[in-house]
Parts: sequence; structure tokens; C-alpha cells
Amino acid sequence: MNWKRAAIASLAAVPVIALFAWGFTKDPNNIPSPLPGRQAPDFSLPVFASGEAPMALPVGDTVHLAKLRGEVVVLNFWASWCLSCRDEHRTLSQFAKRYADKPVHFLGVLYNDRTPPAVDWIREMGGQEYPSVNDRDAHTAINYGLYGVPETYFIDGNGRVAFKQTGPVNDEVLTRVVDSLIAALPAGAKGAGVADSAAAGLTPSPKQAPKGAP
Amino acid sequence: MTGLLAHDALMVSLMLVLVGAIIGTLGIRGQRPDWVQIAFGTVYANFVLVTVATLAMVYALVTHDFSVSYVAQVGSRETPMFYTVISLWGALEGSILFWAWVLGLYSTAVVWINRKRPGNLVPWASVTLLVVALFFAILLVGPANPFHAVFPVPADGPGPNPLLQNHILMAIHPPLLYLGYVGMAVPFAFAVGAIFSGEVVSDDWIKITRPYLLVSWGFLSAAIIAGMWWSYEVLGWGGYWAWDPVENASFLPWLTATAFLHSAIVQERRGMLRLWNLNLMVGTFVLTILGTFLTRSGILSSVHAFTTGPIGYYFLAFIAIVLVSALIMVAGNSDRLRTTGHFDSPSSRETVFLLNNLFLTAFMFTVLVGTLYPLVAEAIRGVKVSVGQPFFNKMTLPLIVSLLFLMGVGPALPWGSASKADVKNKLVPPLGAAVLMAVIALVAGARNVYSVLAFAFVGYAAFANIREYWIGIRARHTAHGENWAIALVRLVRGNHRRYGGYVAHLGVLLVALGIAASETFRTEREATLAPGQTLTVSGHTARLKEVWGRQEAQRAVIGATMEVIENGKVVATADPRMNFYPTQSAPVPTPQVISSISGDLYFNLMAFDQNGSHATVKLIVQPLVPWIWFGGGVVVLGAIIGVFPKRKRRTVAATARQAVPAVVLPVPREGEA
Repeated sequence: MNWKRAAIASLAAVPVIALFAWGFTKDPNNIPSPLPGRQAPDFSLPVFASGEAPMALPVGDTVHLAKLRGEVVVLNFWASWCLSCRDEHRTLSQFAKRYADKPVHFLGVLYNDRTPPAVDWIREMGGQEYPSVNDRDAHTAINYGLYGVPETYFIDGNGRVAFKQTGPVNDEVLTRVVDSLIAALPAGAKGAGVADSAAAGLTPSPKQAPKGAP
Repeated sequence: MTGLLAHDALMVSLMLVLVGAIIGTLGIRGQRPDWVQIAFGTVYANFVLVTVATLAMVYALVTHDFSVSYVAQVGSRETPMFYTVISLWGALEGSILFWAWVLGLYSTAVVWINRKRPGNLVPWASVTLLVVALFFAILLVGPANPFHAVFPVPADGPGPNPLLQNHILMAIHPPLLYLGYVGMAVPFAFAVGAIFSGEVVSDDWIKITRPYLLVSWGFLSAAIIAGMWWSYEVLGWGGYWAWDPVENASFLPWLTATAFLHSAIVQERRGMLRLWNLNLMVGTFVLTILGTFLTRSGILSSVHAFTTGPIGYYFLAFIAIVLVSALIMVAGNSDRLRTTGHFDSPSSRETVFLLNNLFLTAFMFTVLVGTLYPLVAEAIRGVKVSVGQPFFNKMTLPLIVSLLFLMGVGPALPWGSASKADVKNKLVPPLGAAVLMAVIALVAGARNVYSVLAFAFVGYAAFANIREYWIGIRARHTAHGENWAIALVRLVRGNHRRYGGYVAHLGVLLVALGIAASETFRTEREATLAPGQTLTVSGHTARLKEVWGRQEAQRAVIGATMEVIENGKVVATADPRMNFYPTQSAPVPTPQVISSISGDLYFNLMAFDQNGSHATVKLIVQPLVPWIWFGGGVVVLGAIIGVFPKRKRRTVAATARQAVPAVVLPVPREGEA
């Protein structure tokens, strides 16, 4: 056994391994979406699950996105057949409850699903604080360039998509994005107690996602 | 319940392979044959346990047990039973489980067949296989555990990826690929065993290893062809190869394994290329792990990346261990692997084999560089790039054409050295076939130099290969008065390896011809048609009959019925479709192909009108594509012939080729391979 030669040869592996290790810090599929910074496509969709007070909307009512202008909107595309939607459901619902008195609307958008299993799903998951609408012919999903479910779109007070989360959301992303968007609203639109938002220092431009958001 | 049982089986399997590897190592070191036997036993027991876990997964899939995480991820009550069963390998965790099962199957077969062989080669090989199994066992109880409990239990799941449940070939391609990929662990284990047992200085281990490599190579060849066929039939772009990372990953080890199949013969016959062969063997295994890593870790973007996950770091650690230990083993022992033979003449078969190895290795490095370049570019320059077909085509076409040329020259040249007259006698006649093919290509309209050369060399090599058969058969016919068919059978039986190799060559030539013809003479047109209107592409006319829709259990289908018209009569119909799966935002195109011996009519539905008033259909005319699939079958047939052990009873050897001593087939022990 020639250990000297063996040691030198094994050094050849170092750059290869280093390259792969570095590669893990990058997401090859993270090609910037063209949507953030643009006007969010409008929609009018019927409510099929009312949600809990104070966010509840009557079943059968129509939600117009344009009418929510001036406040932050969080659109969560989901389906009862989607496994990851289960993972994020509790986080989203609890977060919406905590932010109920702030100028932000949460809306579930049912994607490629029927309403009976979706209603069952909500009951099985222990309810949903915010209302859900049904995107029956998937036109809204197509307009938003939905890649899969779950996907969550954060729309600022000017009606622009500020940030898009592919895959399940978590508390950290929700807090950071929603807080910064609320902070960016014109003073009049902010509810009581929002002015001293924790998002101090973050001044997101509507053209780009808040810094640090993945 | 099922999940719990299976998970326990995997836990036990993990401990078993760990203990087996340790006991085996201690047993060999301490010269305790009974301990080595225990290590062999753990190989068998591990196979039983992984089989239990795999069957449990199939059971959970079939019974729609959505409390098992993998079933909740890929299962659906609406998916047909067949696709439910094969979704075992439809996503990451299931395919790792299936992988571990295939590895167990191979290990058990290898250890059982060779258990009585004296020396430490087989014990070390089985320890190596146990270490590889250990890695997969760690994955299965850790980051790729398919048996997580899901609570609350979902009522239904999304079903497998629609692309995967859209075609029957999906049932065939992945198992073949795993059998080919995982099988490369066996030659690697023998290489490691040869180094540790000291047998690496003899050439015997090469003879034992080669049939196993040939088995894996046959499966890998079949898998690559099946993968091409699947992407051709399913993806709707009318192509079969895109130099995508996943495709490259399957092709890289194939190149080095092919090189080894040739260079191993040189080592057996001439005692040369020992270090080189060891490198090829170890390199092939490293490339299979690298390929798995690249495609399963999500490090590269690929159109085929159905399954990615958080297991990348485990793979990274494993590949680092394999790579470093392989380099240490090979480099540290390089002094002992001096060549005993030498080259006599430049015009000899071993020279051609050497060139073949050179080109195949250059081919491998070219593809490897092209595949990894996006990663390198982002690391060094911080830009996202993709390396596309132009790079690969430009870089590899000269190599492909050169290899086709060698396939014609190699079999015609003798070992050692050839006289001038001999060379002339062998190499000149096939030139006629080469010129003929080149003229045909030129008349048909080929203008690209590589494509004309490819046609010419395919003609040359086919002629030279068939001529080898002809010489052998004619000699038997005249010497023994055998009829032609019997002469052919006996000729092949007398030297499985050589004639199996020639059959594989003919298969490769058919594949090359199909690729050259379809790439050179492909024509396509797209048109929006109302029912009754026609579309004509290079002499083929098709008429839109109707646009139709239908609701199936798991999907909605929109189709366009196209009638192929010849001389005013309908001779065939095709139904290109779009399948709409509820869980997918985009429809899955389902092209339809009408095949004949002269080529394919490839129909794809591009768009349609909701009320059925018109459809946009693309028609691609591709000559000789079916020859690729047929050629793939011939390659596999060649591998099957080559792997057959030599018969014990020798026929009276009196062929014209007797000047060349019959090649001794690798260890003709009973039951082997």
C-alpha cells in the first residue's frame, strides 16, 4: 500500500465534494416568478366555507379581490387531496386568528376539488378561521400561474403581488411578510395598534419581496 | 399496523447489515471461517427483511392505507390498480425501498453462488455489499422512511404523478434501471474484494466479475432504451433524448461499463490494462451513486426530477466516503498492478480496444462536464446557465462516429499483429457497404458531414460484423457439412462471449441507424384543422375526423381522431389526446404514434376548441425510429448470449477461426449468472 500516493489521490475528491456541498445551498428550481411586483389578477369567486367570526363570510356570497384594495390580502390555494396543505393548515388558521383585528384578509382558494370533500376536510382538520372560495374552473389558478398546491400569494395595499410562497407557509414567513406589508399601508388604512408594528425598519418596495424572505 | 411492522423490519435490517459487516471483517482478519459464514447469513436475512418491508408497502398501496405516509403521498382511490402497484417506485421513498430490495436480491444471489469459492475475494465482496446496504438501510429508517404514520388519516390521496401513470413503459423502465444501476455494486464489490484479498494481482477476479457486469449492463442498456421510448411516447415533443441530467446519469455508467466489457478481454488475454480496469470498475459504481445523487438530491434542475427530497446530505456523505475510499484503494495499490503484456502491433485488435476505451472515457467525461457545468458556473461566476443539446451534440458526435468506425474495424483485426495482406483482406470489402450507405444518405438529402459519416460507418461495421458470422458459418458448413442454421447455432455456442458481443454490436448499429435517420430526415408541421380538413407532411396525409371528450375515473380526456389517408383510402387512425388530471394544473399531452418498419407518424394534440369545431395537431414524420427500439432488443439479446456459461461438452473445434484460441468463459461454475 502506497499511502503517499493514496493521500494525494484522495485530495482529488475534495473539489468535487466541495462543489456538491455548495450546490445544496442553492435551489435550482428557484427561478424568479414574474408575478411579484405586478398587479394581482382580479377575481370574483363564491364563498363555500364561511370561516369563523370575526372573519366569517356567508356561504354563497361573492368575493371580489378589487374591493379589498387598500388592505393586505393573503391568498392560500389549497385542496383536500393535498398532503402539504395539512401541514400548513393549523399555522395559517392560528395566524389569521391572531391578526383578525388588523387590516389583512385571509382567503382560502379551493383548487381542482369539489366542495363536499373540502367542507369535510375543514371539519376534520378542526375548522378554518378564514373563509374559502371555490375556483371551480381553475381560471384564477391559471391567472396566478399556480404551479401546485399549496401556494400562498401576499397582496399589498396597492393590489400588487408582493410575495409568493411555493409550498407550505410557516409562522416566520407569515409574520415577516404580513407585518411588513401592513407597515407599508398608508397611515389611514392601518387599524389601531398597527402603527407601532414590529416591522419597524422594513420598508418593502412594492416591486420586490421583502428582504430575507426565502 | 402494516407501516409499523415494515418499519420494524427495516430497523432490524439496519442493525443486521451493520453487525454482518463488522463480523465479516473480523472473521476475515481473524481467519474465522465460521464468522464469515455468519456474515453471509446476514446477507440472506437482510434480503428477507427488506422483502417483507417491500411487500408491506405494496399491500399498503393496494389497500389504500393512507395512514402510511408514502401511500398518502402517491396513492389515490381513483388510480387504477396497476398504476397503484407500480407507484412503489413513483416517488423518492418508495424507490429507495425498491432499490434496497434489488440490492438485497443481487447480494443474496452473488453470495449464494460464490459461497464455496476459496480465498477472501467473496467474503470481502460480501462485506462491501453489506456496507452499501447499510447506507440504504440508514436512508430508509431516517430521511427516506416511507412508513411514517399520518394522522389524521386522509380519506384520499393525490395519486401518482400523472406523467408516470400515463404509459405502460413506466412499469418497465424504472425496474430495469434499478436492476442495471444497483447491479453495478456487484462488480464494485468484487473489485474491492480483489484489492483487500490481494487477488487483484491475478487476472482471475476479472473473469468472475465480468458476467455480473454483463448482466447489469444488459439491464442498463434495456433501461436506457426503455427510457428513451417512454419519453418519446409520453412527453409529446417527438424526441427520445435531450441530454437531460437524469438521462445523462443513466448513460455515464453505461459508457464506463461498456469500456470495461472490452478492456477486460485485453486483460484476460494479454495481461494488460490491470490498473485501468480497476479504475473503470470502481468508476462505474461511483458514477451510479453520483447519478443517483444528482437526480435524487434536487441539486440539478431536470424535467424528470419527479422525486427530490431532504436526503441530499446523506447522499453527499456517502458519495464522499465512496469516492475517497475508492481513490485511496486504487492509487495506494497502483504499484502492484503493473502490466505484464505489451502491444505488438498498431494494427491489432487490442489497439482498437484501447482506442475504444479512450473514446468511451472521453465520451463519459464530456457528458459529465456538460451535466455538472451549471453547478460549476453558478459556483464560480454566480450565473444560472443550462447546458443544452448543441453542446452535447457538437462534442459527442465526433466520438460517436469514431466509435461506429471502430466497431467495424475491431472485430476484423486479429490479436497480436496482423500481416499487411490480412489487414487489406479484412478491411477493404466492407468499404463497399460504407460507400453504398453514404450515397443513399446523400441522395435522401443528408448534408451534415457527421450524419453522412454515421450512415457510412454503420454500413461498414454491419458488413464487417455479418462477415465474421459468415466466415464462421461457412467454415463449419464446409468442414462438417452442417446445414446453415445448425452451423450458426453451433458457432455461437462455441464462443458465447464473442458472438454475443457481435450480436450486441449489430444492435448498437441498428440503434445508431435509427437515430441517424430520424435526426437527419425528421420533418414536422403543425396545423389548426376543422373536421374533414387535412394536413400533409412529406407525403403523408392525415385528416381530422373529430374532436371528442370523455370522463374517466381518474382523469378527463380530450382527443382528436386523425385518419391517415393513402390513395384516398383511410389506412390507419390515431387518437392523440390530452389527459386532464384533477391534481395537475396543466394537461398531460398523450401523443400517438403510428409505427411501421420505415418509420413513425407522430401525432400530438396541441390545442382544441371546447365545442369541437377545430383542433391544432402536430404531425412529425420520423424515419426508422422503431429500429432504435428493435436495436435495443438486439443489444439485450447479445448480452443474454454473452452471459450464458460455456457448455461443459466441447463441440469438435474446427472453425476457420481456430488460429485464435477459444476465449475461456468466465468461471463456468454451475448456476452462475
